[in-house]
Amino acid sequence: MTGRQVGELAVYFALIIAATPVLGAYMKRVFAGERTFLDPVLRPIERLTYRLCGVDAEKDQTWIEWTVAMLVVNAASLFLLYAFQRMQHWLPLNPNHFGAVSADSSWNTAVSFTTNTNWQGYSGESTMSHFTQMVGLAFHNFLSAATGIAIAVAVIRGVAREKAKGIGNFWFDCTRSILWILLPLSFLAALFFVSRGVVQNFQADVAVKTVEGAEQKIPQGPVASQEAIKELGTNGGGFFNANSGFPYENPTPGTNFAQMLLIFAIGGGLTSALGRMTGSEKHGWAVFAAMSLMFLAGAVAATVFEQRGNPIHQKAGVQALPTEGGTGGNMEGKEVRFGIGDSALFATVTTDASCGAVNAWHDSFTPLGGLVPLANIATGEVIFGGVGAGLYGIFVFIVLTVFIAGLMVGRTPEYLGKKIESHEVKLAMLSILILTLLILGFSAAAARLPAGLSSLNNKGPHGFTEILYAYESGAGNNGSAFAGLNANTPWYNVTLGLDMFFGRFFMLIPILGIAGSLAAKKKIPASAGTFPVTGPLFTVLLVGVIVIVGALTFFPAFSLGPVVEHLLMEAGAVF
Amino acid sequence: MAQAQRRRLFDPAIVRPAVADSFRKLDPRLQARNPVMFVVLAGAFLVTVLLVRDVVRGREVLFNLQIALWLWFTLLFANFAEAMAEGRGKAQAAALKRGRTETVARRLTKRGEESVPATALRKGDRVVVEAGDAIPGDGTVVEGIASVDESAITGESAPVIRESGGDRSAVTGGTRVLSDRIVVEITSNPGETFLDRMIALVEGATRQKTPNEIALSILLAGLTIIFLIATVTLRPFAIYAGGSASTPVLIALLVCLIPTTIGGLLSAIGIAGMDRVLQHNVLAMSGRAVEAAGDVNVLLLDKTGTITLGNRQATDFFHAPGVLPGDLAEAAQLSSLADETPEGRSIVVLAKEKFALRARRVEGMNFIPFSATTRMSGVDYNGRKIRKGAGDSVTAWVRSLGGDIDATVTDLLNRISAEGATPLLVSDGPRVMGVVALRDIVKAGMRDRFDRLRAMGIRTIMITGDNPLTASAIAREAGVDDFLAQATPEQKLALIRKEQEGGNLVAMTGDGTNDAPALAQADVGVAMNTGTQAAREAGNMVDLDSNPTKLIEVVEIGKQLLMTRGALTTFSIANDVAKYFAILPAMFAATYPVLNALNVMHLANPRSAILSAVIFNALIIIALVPLALRGVKYRPLGAARILARNLWIYGVGGILVPFIGIKLIDWIVVALHLA
Repeated sequence: MTGRQVGELAVYFALIIAATPVLGAYMKRVFAGERTFLDPVLRPIERLTYRLCGVDAEKDQTWIEWTVAMLVVNAASLFLLYAFQRMQHWLPLNPNHFGAVSADSSWNTAVSFTTNTNWQGYSGESTMSHFTQMVGLAFHNFLSAATGIAIAVAVIRGVAREKAKGIGNFWFDCTRSILWILLPLSFLAALFFVSRGVVQNFQADVAVKTVEGAEQKIPQGPVASQEAIKELGTNGGGFFNANSGFPYENPTPGTNFAQMLLIFAIGGGLTSALGRMTGSEKHGWAVFAAMSLMFLAGAVAATVFEQRGNPIHQKAGVQALPTEGGTGGNMEGKEVRFGIGDSALFATVTTDASCGAVNAWHDSFTPLGGLVPLANIATGEVIFGGVGAGLYGIFVFIVLTVFIAGLMVGRTPEYLGKKIESHEVKLAMLSILILTLLILGFSAAAARLPAGLSSLNNKGPHGFTEILYAYESGAGNNGSAFAGLNANTPWYNVTLGLDMFFGRFFMLIPILGIAGSLAAKKKIPASAGTFPVTGPLFTVLLVGVIVIVGALTFFPAFSLGPVVEHLLMEAGAVF
Repeated sequence: MAQAQRRRLFDPAIVRPAVADSFRKLDPRLQARNPVMFVVLAGAFLVTVLLVRDVVRGREVLFNLQIALWLWFTLLFANFAEAMAEGRGKAQAAALKRGRTETVARRLTKRGEESVPATALRKGDRVVVEAGDAIPGDGTVVEGIASVDESAITGESAPVIRESGGDRSAVTGGTRVLSDRIVVEITSNPGETFLDRMIALVEGATRQKTPNEIALSILLAGLTIIFLIATVTLRPFAIYAGGSASTPVLIALLVCLIPTTIGGLLSAIGIAGMDRVLQHNVLAMSGRAVEAAGDVNVLLLDKTGTITLGNRQATDFFHAPGVLPGDLAEAAQLSSLADETPEGRSIVVLAKEKFALRARRVEGMNFIPFSATTRMSGVDYNGRKIRKGAGDSVTAWVRSLGGDIDATVTDLLNRISAEGATPLLVSDGPRVMGVVALRDIVKAGMRDRFDRLRAMGIRTIMITGDNPLTASAIAREAGVDDFLAQATPEQKLALIRKEQEGGNLVAMTGDGTNDAPALAQADVGVAMNTGTQAAREAGNMVDLDSNPTKLIEVVEIGKQLLMTRGALTTFSIANDVAKYFAILPAMFAATYPVLNALNVMHLANPRSAILSAVIFNALIIIALVPLALRGVKYRPLGAARILARNLWIYGVGGILVPFIGIKLIDWIVVALHLA
């Protein structure tokens, strides 16, 4: 790593550390219904929202009631987005006169945005009207993120409460996530992006003549507003196909840095909210530290391998080390204005969190550089993770860690005073199982079926990595594409749709079940005999369980993909 | 049972039947109870079928034959562990059965007595038992007193007294009356007696999975499914890569990855835990009770007999002004020579220790015994009237003789009371000699034990009938965390409820009938075997030695049981890292020779690598049988330190050990030309 790369990583990480307690304390207040400085503006809107929707936001819902409310809202919005796409030629704000989106692609996109995956099988600027982008997609950027935050808050409440029937109220949690957290922050971020040159208008494509005299269409649209929530809500669905690599989405290293901050902000803040709401701030920091360890390891590895570049190129005379006016290393698929450091860090951040925004093609990374995003997603995206999803994802691993290691202290395992028993273990295993089954199952099918293989642009282990990445990205609700795989085919649209759908909802229903069952339990007072969920030991244990139970399952698959590709590359083989 | 405590781990008498049992337990219906081992069984079966096919087709089978053999060995080793654990219980059950002889009972009827076989007795029958007879069934003494030999169940040869009424009325079927005659009311039907239940329990016949064991089984089953998915999908991946993955190799990988170590040893750990409790002469009615003991965070201990020695003892002489210390001791000693109470005897002992005063002949002494009205005792000897007793009584006595009591002595009396001790005022005629302090003596080593318990996060609460002042002084001295003074059975029950309400798990011991509700309410209730039938029914454990401090050991065994499970689970999962590095490069050696870079152990060839991993996986089970049966080493430390320790040994060790083990096995496999 160069000095600048180290410095940037250090500054970035320091800012995340600084933001975490601030956001955590704020979120705690918001979800406890306590006063905040935004109340004078937002309270009336909140009350109006409840009245218009005719919901009771006061009632304490059981986990089943809570989950049903959440599923109903998500199902309704899923169908709505499908309908918008199929009917966009009849709807307003379609200056480019795009036709209806195909059925399989609409299904894929509807699921994709509802599940906070934002996998894009389509190319936004040549498919979606401004109406679909704003009312359909941007709306889901908010709703799916708010759903994630709401689930995380409900889970935390389950841990914090004692002998309680309910885990809170979905309407309250969801509405407050949008009004108090997502809207204000994305508003500020959007203003910043506009000031740095991100476009924000309702115009049709602008046709210009290039210097060579050719015709070029320059796409326009309400980009900045969508960009902010794309990062903050870890959605990742870009206005343009090139996502954060496109200058209108991400013009400068400054906006790039801001985008990375937005991606981790809420995921980090929620660890602090976990600590504060359960009365053990140290526990929040222990979880934060576990996430940080994995993040830093990934960021360093990705940068090092990208900077190291490809030995085959070097034999042909390409510079590996940075020089005056040259970056060295592997610049394929990267934006010149970002270079290796910003691209590798962005790739790590976007796959740690289930964001999926990209500013470089992961497909073009060196095999081991590309393994970092792949491994990040394989952890279940618990490294800060998608907003809310990261927290409730790591919650499953916390439950397992507490169970396995908790036995070793000679007591029935307990997590912050709540006994972890067979019911919780069953549900936790279920939610881990579903991801493994989806990713490996679909990848195996795609690797054998002509429908899966025909979309590949690359042979050998790299092609395999592309398939694996697609299903990991879908099931993990990441949404970033390794690219190189033509995913807009009926096979991939349908299977990835299922992958995303089950990967989101079948994973989180068991987790909400755990929250409900923990809420009902009584709290055992902490003593010297209690398994400590704070401190470095717990942090290391948690990382160990995530790596061994979560990611090691994918070791055989990785070794047939990026690992063997790396070894072949070192041996000088080309395909 | 006394012999059982000294039984060697690999006693041939247990090992031989266990080996036979290992084969019997291959029955798929038995294996289906354990999902991990069932997958191994299915795998072994499949590899064997493929082996037969290959033999028929005349292919080279040496490699697959070895895989198949080692998979079967994996199963046998796991079965052996369970059979060993059961065998130890069975050996003890056999010893108990010998004590269960067919006896003839003398049943009382309206017209007199009739002789019936013991098996014909029903609840409510009354039987007569005389010296030399065996008691025909469990019951309560309703008439008479007798000394009873209970060695058949307790292993303790000293006879115990059983009498009607009070807390010593319960008798157990199979024990023998040594003297006198008692009438016993039978309280349990044949087949449900204590001895029957004890035999069933140690044989493991009624063993059910404990809640924690179920949770762990679910975790292991979940991991098994995850690895099944990872292995099954590996074949399509391999075919995509232009290679192949043979079924036996895939099964070998699967069996290596699924947690067979803990899966194979899980039931042995549970049975061995029950067995360890039994070796401490405590009979746990269920595995759940032993497990709950590990979770206990509040211990209720009776003061008398548990924390303190049974009686108060003289500890100090405080002489009055103008009295020589030796004179006080002499007066106190004289007044106590004929006093047969433990307090009196302790005064004589103290006088001898401190002033070398020897006991004298009692002739010519007129001993005045203690009475409730005078509240003092003493002796008239050589014209001296020596008295000792409660402060106010002796003061009144001295004043009646024309003497008076010094203010410093009054202060002394008050001070000793405030310390929780009992002051005895001693006078010789009208002269106040001084004060003898009687104190409860805390048993040696109790403070240390309570410190250990505190380190484990367990609070001890002392239960006593004493007044709060005395109670708090003893509590301080013994180092307990809290006390309940002037305790009644109702208060005891209320205290347990309150602690449970606050999320605590409570353990207690008890023997009396009035303890029964509290014993039933407590999460772990250890009834003394000498206690009443009601107490024994209410508790979920019975201490055959009737030693109340045993509770602490039971708690430690419970903790050890859970720790053993956790440690072996961690070890089992950590093992997977090395197995991946052994098998994966070997599996794809033909397709991607470059993957040999992952062969960090430098295993000789693909076949030896796979074989070594499978052999290691099987052998580690047998290597860990002693650990499963004995339990991991237990130390009374705080959770954080225990965790750190076990994590180093079983977590880090679990990652490293297989790297070394597989490499060693690889050398041997190659040296023997097995691959």
